[in-house]
Amino acid sequence: MNLDFTQIVPYIPFMIEGIWVTLQFVLVSILVGFLIGTVLALFKIGNIKPLRWFADAYTSIFRGTPLILQLMIIYFAIPQLTAYDISPFLSAVMAFGLNSSAYVSEIIRAGIQAVDRGQTEAAHALGVPYRQMMIDIILPQALKNILPALMNEFITLTKESAIVSTIGYLDLMRRSQVVGAELFRNFEPLLFVGVLYWSMVMVLTLIGRWVERRLNVGD
Amino acid sequence: MLVIKVQKLSKTFGDNQVLKDISVEINAGEVVSIIGPSGSGKSTFLRCINLLEKPTEGKIFVAGQDLTAPKVNVTKAREKIGMVFQHFHLFPHLTVLDNLTYAPIKVKQIKKADAEDKGRKLLDRVGLADKEKAYPNSLSGGQKQRVAIARALAMEPDLMLFDEPTSALDPEMVKEVLDVMKDLAHTGMTMLVVTHEMGFAREVADQVLFLDEGRLVETGEPNAFFDKPVSERAQDFLAKIL
Repeated sequence: MNLDFTQIVPYIPFMIEGIWVTLQFVLVSILVGFLIGTVLALFKIGNIKPLRWFADAYTSIFRGTPLILQLMIIYFAIPQLTAYDISPFLSAVMAFGLNSSAYVSEIIRAGIQAVDRGQTEAAHALGVPYRQMMIDIILPQALKNILPALMNEFITLTKESAIVSTIGYLDLMRRSQVVGAELFRNFEPLLFVGVLYWSMVMVLTLIGRWVERRLNVGD
Repeated sequence: MLVIKVQKLSKTFGDNQVLKDISVEINAGEVVSIIGPSGSGKSTFLRCINLLEKPTEGKIFVAGQDLTAPKVNVTKAREKIGMVFQHFHLFPHLTVLDNLTYAPIKVKQIKKADAEDKGRKLLDRVGLADKEKAYPNSLSGGQKQRVAIARALAMEPDLMLFDEPTSALDPEMVKEVLDVMKDLAHTGMTMLVVTHEMGFAREVADQVLFLDEGRLVETGEPNAFFDKPVSERAQDFLAKIL
């Protein structure tokens, strides 16, 4: 067995810094994905046909092609078209945010449709306008039901974020490769960042459980 | 004073005509029971009055306003029409008091403190003053329905629609809900009640509408209707249930 974890010790701060780098664009991407996803979900359940088509086409494209392809198109192809030198961070946020919103929109759509039709009728009967009804009555109930599915999506996004290493973004994954190349040893740094990814996902899972408990007030 | 005027109302779902040419007039303060066999269109008729169902033909006037006119603000019109559902439809993520104050605060823009005062008074009136902080799922069916009535009243409606308010309740809870409705009737509220409670219809209603297969077959004062129904269909119906 040729394993020596002491060799990665000097590089540990460098790799741990990657947590923050990864978290930064993962958090922004989750937020972007969630906001766009909510809007798309509302398009999908709404009565305005062009918006419905748009949302369906959007979902079809972003779910139907590989994430790594979307990332490469955004990072490598946009500069070619527009002469705008897009940063790795912005490319990552766009690729992950836009991609995630396609999945999130389906989750939220299902969540909204699972809320008892009577809730809508009760709100209508009280004279509550559509927008207000969605924000105060329907979405809170939908979110409660879909929280596990949403957490799944956020966890997937956190792990898949490792794909940005392919465009040279110095995230957690990329850093383990850099260290591996310096040391000519790959097992130790890869295992180390593996533990870091797992820890991040655990924290996310615990946050999810906590939110779920808070939302279960009233049951 | 006329509160509701329905003119030649028809409603079809696809090929299925559920309401045929119904015309009714209801005065302020009247309590009207709508009865008939299941599938006769009673609930659909009631739901047309606040446009939860869109009439296929005909006109509906509430407090003088034609709700079927093209540019009517339906949302605004519904503020004045309270509705109580068979399955309550309370907002499960809000406390009992928040259920009562939500619409007055958000729709009528009433101050929170005023809305809560009013909400507490209404809860007291339906005998649930101690439940204001409870969530709907912790209440019994009868309690839920009383909260639902209070929620509708919190908007200070001109009339109240009840869609089989006691049909989903355990038998021992029917009375507590009917008692609240009787009290409400005595305050002079205009009420339309789709019900299978013939005792309530007879005792409280000023007028009975008998629907069958989407048609308004018979209307009348309750004692006359229950003692001597004119139409054969009403006679059959009453013979089966009484």
